Amino acid sequence: MIIDFPPPAILIIGALIVPFLKGKIKNWYVVLLPVAAFLLIWQLELGASWKVHFFGFNLTFLRVDKLSKVFGYIFTINAVAAFVYAFHLKDDTQHMAALFYMGSSLGVVFAGDVVSLYFFWEIMAVASAFLIFARKTEKAQAAGMRYILVHIFGGLCLLAGIIIYITQTGSVAFNPMTDRNWETYLILFGILVNAAAPPISAWLPDAYPESTVTGGVILSAYTTKTAVYTLVRGFPGWEILIVIGCIMTIYGIIYALLENDMRRILAYSIINQVGFMVCGVGIGTMMSINGSVAHAFCHIIYKALLWMSAGSVLYMTGKSKCTDLGGLYKTMPLTLIFGCIGALSISSFPATSGFTSKSLIIDGAIHQHLVWVWLILEVASAGVFLHAGIKFPYFVFFAKDKGLRPGETNKSMLIAMGFMSFMCIFLGLYPQPLYNVLPYEVHYQAYTFNHVVAQLQLLMLSALVFFLFLPLLKRTDTISIDTDWFYRQGGRLFYNIMDKGLNGLNRVSDQIFVRGLAGYIGRVSRYGPEWIAIFSLVPAWIVAGIRGEKLTRRKTKISLALRTGTTPVGISAAVATTFLLIVFLLN
Amino acid sequence: MKNNKKFDFFDKPENIKKLWIMLYALCGLLVVSDFFTHRHPHFGFDGFFGFYALLGFVSCAALILFSKLVGLVLKVKEDYYDN
Repeated sequence: MIIDFPPPAILIIGALIVPFLKGKIKNWYVVLLPVAAFLLIWQLELGASWKVHFFGFNLTFLRVDKLSKVFGYIFTINAVAAFVYAFHLKDDTQHMAALFYMGSSLGVVFAGDVVSLYFFWEIMAVASAFLIFARKTEKAQAAGMRYILVHIFGGLCLLAGIIIYITQTGSVAFNPMTDRNWETYLILFGILVNAAAPPISAWLPDAYPESTVTGGVILSAYTTKTAVYTLVRGFPGWEILIVIGCIMTIYGIIYALLENDMRRILAYSIINQVGFMVCGVGIGTMMSINGSVAHAFCHIIYKALLWMSAGSVLYMTGKSKCTDLGGLYKTMPLTLIFGCIGALSISSFPATSGFTSKSLIIDGAIHQHLVWVWLILEVASAGVFLHAGIKFPYFVFFAKDKGLRPGETNKSMLIAMGFMSFMCIFLGLYPQPLYNVLPYEVHYQAYTFNHVVAQLQLLMLSALVFFLFLPLLKRTDTISIDTDWFYRQGGRLFYNIMDKGLNGLNRVSDQIFVRGLAGYIGRVSRYGPEWIAIFSLVPAWIVAGIRGEKLTRRKTKISLALRTGTTPVGISAAVATTFLLIVFLLN
Repeated sequence: MKNNKKFDFFDKPENIKKLWIMLYALCGLLVVSDFFTHRHPHFGFDGFFGFYALLGFVSCAALILFSKLVGLVLKVKEDYYDN
């Protein structure tokens, strides 16, 4: 029997029941939900269903093809592992946010039209932010806020593109974009924000390392990989993606080399790895598209594994800076081993999953005779081993012993890491099950003697360079300025300019107009008649022989009389006439 | 726990020396094994002896030096954004 039901609904509706469950039942429940979603995706037949007519649009909530299925598999597999890893966690907010986030990313993957895609896209942004807020530190609140703002900006670009696209084409269907005009470029830009393509990339290393221990594991998988999915679906063969992908690979390495925080190193290496996938989409051949999808699949596993091992260290020691860590191999050997399997996989070491997936993209570049692209990808592959393959485990588990003796992390975390490590090695040695579910047919053999020797040469010489250059790589207690400077420090600069500029202008206006001119006018209208009266009467009084104290008394009397308006009509009339006369003459 | 405390293999200088020798030997072995590969150069220059070893060495050295250089400008104190 085929159950034809949208998989996102299982996680999203399922999330609503979480607060009503208690104790371990809650944890079992959140582990089993994605298992159910996985099984549902497994048995779905290819085709489109759940078509809804909504405000004149024909929405399709369930478009099933090989591409959506393979992303569905990995999203649910990772969800299961993440919830096993979070088995100690009792926080409803985090569980619900994670389920909404995972569910809506499945929504994006199975959406057959741009409207429902956008709808799920926005839920993802909001739900994921709660995995950052849940850390409950001041830094996390601020980073989460910036994260949301960047995604709202990206989402608005996407929305603008989608609206123009619909009005121009009259269709909401989401298929490969063929026209290159500004609406498709707007959509592409909105997607690239989520793929963390520079210059709109700093949100990722800014926000992810501030998330909770389990939040980081979950965040590392979905946002960037739904973006990769959307690129594969909508923009295969767009050459600009080759350039962007190449920039991402190198950019990620340079920043990861500068970083001190282990989770920030891993965040930058996400940008590096997504660069390979974006490049594969840009090349656009069947082989390279397969490569991008396979690499996304394997990347989710080993990157989650790396975040899990870093998360365990953070969980046990409360520290995440390389300058505070070191020598943990003595008391966290299992975490070290699992972390190293992840590190070797991300470096495409033979016998791990990175080797069987990334090679497809690089061979894709070779087949299209893209010499520069190929060379950059090879350089970047060597660089991955440098920053994620060796730097992360070396500075956390070896390097200088900082006297930390935390002991091994809890059992459920170890089980999750063990499972992900198994997957890395299994797909490295026997990639056929993965190749079978890729969008196009695969005829590829990663394990030739030539290929293995070439890859090992590349990697081992990188390792040699790392240790030879170790003095240059000494960690410093620093952060690195990235493009978020423009909205963090730049925002402050803008504030200062506005403060000094506009507020300065306000102050000057206040001085001149409010206090100066207005006060002057006020004084003139209040004391004017008095001054005129005294000015014109005093000479007359002096002539009349009134002097000294008598004169002062008279002055005070007339001033008072004029201020209180109790002058005899004659004087008032005379003063008013004089005043009017002066005004008339001045005119 | 007691066992763990004794496990300090990577703290001993003589072991580090052995690891260095192993690393050099492994790199040498890999370069030598290029004698037994039959490369089909795709772009001409990628077929010469020890190409991938050289590529790995040069590109990593360049990446480290370049990052060191940009680090002079980009690295700031931890509390940079707090002030």
